[in-house]
Amino acid sequence: MTATLVRFAGHAGDEIEAYVARPEAEFRRGGVVVIHHMPGWDRGSKEITRRFAELGYDAVCPNLYHREAPGAAPDDAAAVARAQGGVPDERLVGDVGAAAAYLRSLPTSNGKVGVIGYCSGGRQSVLAACHLDLDAAVDCYGAFVTGEVPTEFPLKITNLVDQLPNLRTPLLGLFGAEDRYPSPDQVAELEQILTAEGKTFEFHSYEGAGHAFFANERPSYNVAAANDGWERIEAFYGRYLGA
Amino acid sequence: MCTYTTVHADVDGSAKGPGSAWFHAGRATVYFDHPVHAMAEHTLNIDLTDPAGDPARRVALELTAESARALVAAIQQALAAVPEELKV
Repeated sequence: MTATLVRFAGHAGDEIEAYVARPEAEFRRGGVVVIHHMPGWDRGSKEITRRFAELGYDAVCPNLYHREAPGAAPDDAAAVARAQGGVPDERLVGDVGAAAAYLRSLPTSNGKVGVIGYCSGGRQSVLAACHLDLDAAVDCYGAFVTGEVPTEFPLKITNLVDQLPNLRTPLLGLFGAEDRYPSPDQVAELEQILTAEGKTFEFHSYEGAGHAFFANERPSYNVAAANDGWERIEAFYGRYLGA
Repeated sequence: MCTYTTVHADVDGSAKGPGSAWFHAGRATVYFDHPVHAMAEHTLNIDLTDPAGDPARRVALELTAESARALVAAIQQALAAVPEELKV
């Protein structure tokens, strides 16, 4: 495996940096765009990116906060991005689209690209899959895909209900049954909408798991949920990103 | 969860941060969300920064909700003890 930093033109042609991990061997394979969580382009996000390379994919994790704080430590960059209002949806779509194009430009690409995101990135994964030419999307406990955003939230995000009819890829959703954002009711609402729209999706909610159960450096880490979740991801991407 | 909730306060003072260097603190960003370092699922986080400065010039606090309330009470208590003529 090789892991390195690259730069490419993101949304609106802005140069952004990205962490790339790739299997060493030369064989045709799919690609995965990893969307980091709100705390930033951190060690955990890069570890996840390497895991996809270990699973046999070319994987890229763009630094969504590169514009706000080029070269800064991930936690400092996240602080600046949050103070400035977060990542606009349009920019996120542009950056993920650029990351997908980067993956497809690799000589090992089979042309297929999946997207995955955690926490705020879970919502952004669904968002990207509503607007981009992708092949599979994974939403790990993203809040506000459905449900009402409390009006006192200064950061003006919206739910994605009006965009879900445009979902263009199969969706794998992994949720904690003890999570409040998204709550089981919000997950059920998403399930109902996708069913009504005739979309292909697969949801798993883990009893005893709360939010961020994949985060193995956090108290929220849940071994059973995370292990099963990784197996579901592996099977899902195997089905939709294979040759 | 990611609460997305972010509250700003304009402040005026100094903070001692990275490299033991002082800098002008012009902004406080306050939010209740995942910490980077504290061993809690959620914490009350405060970033004291110079909005015009390097992102690394930041003093970051991650406090449990209970200790954040204790800090607020301590600040209120300290301010309440100040004679009126000094409150400018």
